[in-house]
Amino acid sequence: MLSVRDLHVAVLGKEILHGIDVEVGAGEVHAVMGPNGSGKSTLAQVLAGHPGYTVTRGLARFAGKDLLAMPPEERAREGVFLAFQYPVEIPGVTNAEFLRASVNAVRRHRGLDELDAIDFLALLKQKMADLEMDPSFMRRALNEGFSGGEKKRNEVLQMALLEPRLALLDETDSGLDIDALRTVAAGINRLRRPDNAIVLVTHYQRLLGYVEPDRVHVLAGGRIVRSGDKQLALELEARGYEWLEAEAARP
Amino acid sequence: MSGPITAAALVAAFEQSARPGSGPAWLVARRRVAMARVAERGLPGPRDEDWKYTSLTPLLEVPFDLGAGDLDGVPSAAAVAPFVAGPASWTRLVFVNGRYAAKLSSIHPDARGVRIGSLAVAIETEPDALERHLAPPGDEGADAFADLNAASWVDGALVQVPDGAALAEPIQLLFVATAPGAAALSHPRTLIALGKGSRATVLESYAALDPDAYLVNAVSELALDAGAELDHVVVTAESPRAFHLGRLDARLAAGSRLRTCAAAFGGRLVRRAVRARLDGEDAACHLSGVAALAGQQHLDTRTVVDHLRPRCVSRQLFKNVLDGRSRAVFSGRVVVHRGADGTDAHQTNKNLLLSDDVEADSKPQLEIFADDVKCSHGASDGQIAEDAVFYLKSRGLDEAAARTLLTRGFAREVLDRIGSEPVREWCDARLSTVLREGRVVEGGAHA
Repeated sequence: MLSVRDLHVAVLGKEILHGIDVEVGAGEVHAVMGPNGSGKSTLAQVLAGHPGYTVTRGLARFAGKDLLAMPPEERAREGVFLAFQYPVEIPGVTNAEFLRASVNAVRRHRGLDELDAIDFLALLKQKMADLEMDPSFMRRALNEGFSGGEKKRNEVLQMALLEPRLALLDETDSGLDIDALRTVAAGINRLRRPDNAIVLVTHYQRLLGYVEPDRVHVLAGGRIVRSGDKQLALELEARGYEWLEAEAARP
Repeated sequence: MSGPITAAALVAAFEQSARPGSGPAWLVARRRVAMARVAERGLPGPRDEDWKYTSLTPLLEVPFDLGAGDLDGVPSAAAVAPFVAGPASWTRLVFVNGRYAAKLSSIHPDARGVRIGSLAVAIETEPDALERHLAPPGDEGADAFADLNAASWVDGALVQVPDGAALAEPIQLLFVATAPGAAALSHPRTLIALGKGSRATVLESYAALDPDAYLVNAVSELALDAGAELDHVVVTAESPRAFHLGRLDARLAAGSRLRTCAAAFGGRLVRRAVRARLDGEDAACHLSGVAALAGQQHLDTRTVVDHLRPRCVSRQLFKNVLDGRSRAVFSGRVVVHRGADGTDAHQTNKNLLLSDDVEADSKPQLEIFADDVKCSHGASDGQIAEDAVFYLKSRGLDEAAARTLLTRGFAREVLDRIGSEPVREWCDARLSTVLREGRVVEGGAHA
């Protein structure tokens, strides 16, 4: 599904990722963990096409296509979804209006009919109910004045509507209380299917208690310093990141 | 009589017209006083502080038909239809070059005692009933164009709501300009008077049937008695070559509430002046405005809010989207008079700049002569946030769709202040005709 090879990424001329190799197969859930500043968010943003980052070397293929050659909107239409760590507040645009524009942009690309207002509303209501979201969020301006937890839930709502083939979730668990975490995790698990893949970028192990990963990668200093199964996440929880960072720093 | 606008030409045209001697004595006297002031003060120029940022040169270059406004023939209903808001059940008064067109209008009085119709007819029918209104502008803040309107108005709308009445549906006052041939000059005069505790929604819209040059010199007077509530919206979708000088004079009695929103989607030069006098305790006014400008369009918004009594609230939100080589000027003045303790006044002006060649000027002024006052103002100019564009793209929207959505969102904050949902939606639809592909389309609302 996703194949990243020797990916080097720079921002403002400074290299942040120094050669990442990851293979995520269909039906898999991978967790990318690491301390603050390790480059986890950069990896997620680069894969979604953030214009602030420059790929200086390497490649990323998604479902056989050159991901890096596509503009961000095309990646989204092809089925890549990034749940933002800090979703942007957009005043004056209602959540429902934005979501419909988004869903229809993706549907058009996939050769499906656009949803009219009535059909879309029915779909939206269903997905919001799944995530235990108050229906009033439809009419509210996109993310404006939402609490941290509400923003994260809204990201998962967008993901549920767009049904991506590759979901990149950037610290979607941060800022969530335990009930919200459970609801959001259930939303992620609903997306888990044999034909798509999920990458969870997270600092903590706690989300992984609800969404069990197939692989765990530890990113430190812009490199993957260790990969393993879910046991690795538990080990990190117990020992912290320092021992790995120290190991990575060793020549 | 055709030629450029000068004070002398305007005075001459006034004397030759039927206006000087028409109507009841009080009105004739007011017309004469106003015209004498035009003669005495002349037209405003660059040396007038109030016109420092707005040049009248393009207006003064146009030869006007100063005897016009009397042209015969009323356009067809089909020609006017694109500018009609709301369903047939709404009361609608249509004016063509400032004159009431009964044929195009429909009046559904839904409350006993409401007077809706032509102001000229109302004066003919009851010559003295409106004497307490229609006063010429005072010295302060008014200019020759307000005086010119007071002297020269031929017709306009009257909406008079009796005490306690509530109008269920909005009223549309539609002013269309049609000027085949010589540029026309019209001075529509509107009076909206709400009795104690009454409520109404009025949409005042200006549109053009032809893409010509003309001048609309409009004055609207809003009088709210105690506890009255008015939701008022002005949409100027003038032709790309037109000049619109509009003035709003509002007087609010105790506990009354006024919302007035000006949406400018067209015109070569649009100037909207608002004067709100909070003349009773606990009165509140929300003044707002939104414009989408392109090409060489110029918008000049000036507000003066007088807090005259204790505990009044004023809110102002003015936002402009500027593209091409357009220019927006905002001057907002809040005067808290002696004794207006407990005043709460806030003012915001924001500009979204879509091109490097636009210019926005903002000039807030606060004058405070009372105690225990909360006053604030803010102004900002900015561009579309690139992180927001990326966010929308990451959801599948292309560049143009993302920018259109963000630009509309910026402008919508103002339209959201409109109380009436159907009026708000109608304005939103106008807005979307001028915001396309992330740019402002000049004349989009006119076409």
